[in-house]
Amino acid sequence: MTGSALIAAQDVGVAFGSTVALDGLTLEAAPGEIVSLIGPNGCGKSTFLRVAAGLLRPDRGRVTLAGAPVAAPDPRIGLVFQEPRLLPWRSVAENVAWPLELAGWDRARRSARSAELIELVGLTGSERLRPAQLSGGLRQRAALARTLALSPEVLLLDEPFSALDALTRERLNLELLALHARTPLTVVLVTHSIPEAILLSDRVIVLSPRPGRVVAEVRIDAPRPRSLEALDAAVVSPAAAAIRGHLETGEAAA
Amino acid sequence: MIAAPRAGDRLVPAIWPLGVAFVAFVALWQAVVMVGDLPAFILPGPGVVASRFVRAWADGTMWPHFLTTLSEVVLGFVAGSTVGVVVGYGLARFGLLARLASPYLVAAQAVPILAIAPLLSLWFGTGLLAKVVVCGLIVFFPVAIATMVGIRGVDRGLLELARSLRATRRRVVIDIELPAALPVILGGLRVGITLSVVGAIVGEWAGPDKGLGVLINLARGSLFDTPLLFATLATIALLGIVAYGLVVLAERRLVGLR
Repeated sequence: MTGSALIAAQDVGVAFGSTVALDGLTLEAAPGEIVSLIGPNGCGKSTFLRVAAGLLRPDRGRVTLAGAPVAAPDPRIGLVFQEPRLLPWRSVAENVAWPLELAGWDRARRSARSAELIELVGLTGSERLRPAQLSGGLRQRAALARTLALSPEVLLLDEPFSALDALTRERLNLELLALHARTPLTVVLVTHSIPEAILLSDRVIVLSPRPGRVVAEVRIDAPRPRSLEALDAAVVSPAAAAIRGHLETGEAAA
Repeated sequence: MIAAPRAGDRLVPAIWPLGVAFVAFVALWQAVVMVGDLPAFILPGPGVVASRFVRAWADGTMWPHFLTTLSEVVLGFVAGSTVGVVVGYGLARFGLLARLASPYLVAAQAVPILAIAPLLSLWFGTGLLAKVVVCGLIVFFPVAIATMVGIRGVDRGLLELARSLRATRRRVVIDIELPAALPVILGGLRVGITLSVVGAIVGEWAGPDKGLGVLINLARGSLFDTPLLFATLATIALLGIVAYGLVVLAERRLVGLR
């Protein structure tokens, strides 16, 4: 491995009973890089994110953050789940501020930071609403703001937009890009969507069906900042074809 | 959730059917007395009971008994539901405790409180304590079971989120588990508050000198004042209804916001 990786996985293996979910996954992401993991259902993508977030101890291998092993949840690593997981009895602002509360921030600092985050993710005007009053897209924005509250260096995204409609998903993808352009986050994104992976990533890592293994790595050489229009066919088509090809190879091998 | 009816929306249309039902009940009662030509010591009519009710409150007969019963109901409810929530939480989160303790809890619940009350008054005397213990025991079970069910039903996703944010056990209980289980726990408290009234009356039958249960015995046994007995029953019923209403009101305040 290179010395420049911020977060790195070495030979990570996880089994649930006799089911092997991950079989020796090795990958890394440099500071500021966006890496996507793409693969069929059940290839252990989400399991890997749980290991990387310190929520699950791998049976072998390890994940390191800036060289040190991740053994427990770490404030420098933020995880956005597939579902928003907001506390239904709290307002949007209170949900966003919850990690700050847990970290012992006082009320004044909390409300300043949460106002900042709410503006950052475009939730201004919805602070006082309850999660049940929000659309799916707004809920996922709130979840993203909550994860960003403690300024993590690494953002782990577990198919965060998969439950949203196509237009909302596209808009949130673009906003994620804009956010990334402003703050130097390292992002590991798990996704099912080839267009999403291409639009966002520097590298797309293709996984095989269970047990998950790296089949191939596709570099997306489109300049940043990216937009839907600027991603022209010359980049997208070959990349998509390559990813699709590797996905099929992976399935054939399994 | 957005369309959840507010308290006002639900109360207003509920008032007139309540009134109609009450009038019908009183009319039926009066009809039974008149058709059966029943003497007042068997079944007094609603008018007789109402005037006895007013007189018992006006001349001070009811007050000391009422206050005694009220304090037993409230203290027993608070004690029983506090212990119930704590034990219910333990049953939900510590599997070994649940397996060891469940048979005893169910057995204790299966023994009629009427049978235990004299024993409790033997142990704790004839004062307030014995009756609070009776109330507490009877309140405990539904609250403990409701808490156990509520805590077990807490969304695992939220617990995992809490873990990813390094929440302490205490914060998980306060910020996630209790609020999430609150609607179910409040259901147990609704049952508990009415049982607390029953517990107080049963406890009072086992010997003490004051309380609405004592007044029932007095009215029936030594005073031969059946209208007073019914006036006392009405007081007990009102106490139960108001106490229940307060719990429901608290529930709306706490959960209605979601």
